Amino acid sequence: MYHLENTQQGEKYNTIFSKEVSAKRRKRDARSRLRSRLLLGLYLFLMILPIYWLINMSLQTNSEILGSMTLWPQNITFDNYTRILTNSSWYMGYVNSLLYVSMNMVITMLVALPAAYAFSRYKFIGDKHLFFWLLTNLMAPPAVFLLPYFQLYYSVGLFDKHIAVALAHCLFNIPLAIWILEGFMSSVPKEIDETAYIDGYSFPKFFVKIFIPMISSGIGVVLFFLFMFSWVELLLARTLTSTNAQPIGMIMTRTSTASGIDWGTLAAAGVLTIVPGILVVYFVRNHIAKGFALGRT
Amino acid sequence: MNNNKVQNNRAWWLVLPMLILVAFSAIIPLMTVVNYSVQDVLGPHARFFTGTEWFQTMLNDSALQAAFLRQMIFSLTILAIQIPLGIGIALIMPKRGWQASAVLILITLPLLIPWNVVGSIWQIFTRGDIGLMGWGLRELGINYNITRNAGDAWATIILMDVWHWTPLVAMLCYSGLRSIPEAYYQAARIDRASKWAVFRYIQLPKLTNVLVIAVLLRFMHSFMIYAEPFVLTGGGPGSSTTFLSQSLATMAIGQQDLGPSAAFSLIYFLVILLVSWIFYTTIMHMQKDKNPQGGA
Repeated sequence: MYHLENTQQGEKYNTIFSKEVSAKRRKRDARSRLRSRLLLGLYLFLMILPIYWLINMSLQTNSEILGSMTLWPQNITFDNYTRILTNSSWYMGYVNSLLYVSMNMVITMLVALPAAYAFSRYKFIGDKHLFFWLLTNLMAPPAVFLLPYFQLYYSVGLFDKHIAVALAHCLFNIPLAIWILEGFMSSVPKEIDETAYIDGYSFPKFFVKIFIPMISSGIGVVLFFLFMFSWVELLLARTLTSTNAQPIGMIMTRTSTASGIDWGTLAAAGVLTIVPGILVVYFVRNHIAKGFALGRT
Repeated sequence: MNNNKVQNNRAWWLVLPMLILVAFSAIIPLMTVVNYSVQDVLGPHARFFTGTEWFQTMLNDSALQAAFLRQMIFSLTILAIQIPLGIGIALIMPKRGWQASAVLILITLPLLIPWNVVGSIWQIFTRGDIGLMGWGLRELGINYNITRNAGDAWATIILMDVWHWTPLVAMLCYSGLRSIPEAYYQAARIDRASKWAVFRYIQLPKLTNVLVIAVLLRFMHSFMIYAEPFVLTGGGPGSSTTFLSQSLATMAIGQQDLGPSAAFSLIYFLVILLVSWIFYTTIMHMQKDKNPQGGA
């Protein structure tokens, strides 16, 4: 409410004020805007360049790649892509990766939502210590846990199953999810909970029907982060799998053989790993813009 | 966290499922590491208690000390580049309309590429024969070769990390900037505040919270960097770009030295914890000095 009034007042001031704005000032604003657009354009251009090069290579045959330097493919070929998409030992890598990533997202959300709610609404014995301990898990280098993970999951018979990777990624994804969600939940006024309880809502019903919709942009941001960190991680995923659940990142190493590297296929496989990420960003783009500040403003 | 919280120990029931799951993935493996770090494992039934011997060996290992130094230089360099660059990009990103969405999607792109693919992209990009950058630099007459010159390898890894992770800083700052009410800017315009004054007294204070997150996340991840340099340079030439994670992985998986690598793991973990804590308290302290009301 306060912000709203403020803004309206500000706009009023602004309309009075803008009549006085000199033409010189307006021109200067326009010029500085143009300059910032040019800078941004330059950054985006440089950023895209390595990705463009990968796409460029994925559309060429190996002889064209190695034969001459071409800034764009002379004879576009989709052979590299068809090779990957028709061979099950290739495309199962994508399926495996997507499977454990989505398992991880579901598990993390199920346990992180109630936990974040507890941290944002209640004081309980050891809450501060528990929260701190959770955050320390974000700082544990995966390399530290390689061997223990291998032994642990091997001994409980989960080795080379998708769920093993999903559980292992919980190590850093659950603390991250709780950290972000707690911020969003704390920004929802407590009176809403109390009103709902007075109206006769039970806790689970209130949580699902009222509370979750209120923090939906927070959930969008969290899902983005969960996807991102699980999808890009390879060290643990590689250690915990051998054949059945092998991630695509591992299968890609197959392109380098004794007779040299199959650049075209490597590039095409690389391009295909970018696609799921683009889809995820596209779906959560509005939430990101709104709520990436993790609710703490 | 807000202050009007209710004391209720039944909240533990809400935390419990999370606790069980994280404990399974964190405490059991960590205890295994602690267990190994104080023993010499020769076989399934032959193990001896060694006390702090492995820790002493690891702390005095010159190769690891060198890797640690490299790691520190690397992490501080990329923080010094990425944080200002990220803030700068966030400031010039369009604020609304389709352009805002488009730029946001484009900028996020590098974040969502698997880390080993990032390594592959840059390996291809910087090769002298088939990569645009390597070829271009060579055409310009620069003797650029990441497999032979340590300086080139370093510059490339830093460039790769800046390319890979600046978007995260930019996105966090962008959303921090978006949360500033328009009225603040209007007030500044009425005061005829300069661009620098707007940045220094309106935008930067509002960014402190997201910057804490950005600095912490960037420090932690850069300190654990593994896949990108491993694919790009393999730690070479020589061991000039071998960072801590790679030394550890080589020792634990490659050489199967359980005791020493476990001791190393624990030291590694504690260093990250310590530095993160120092960053956090320093930034929080600076913030408290600036606005005594406790702003955040």
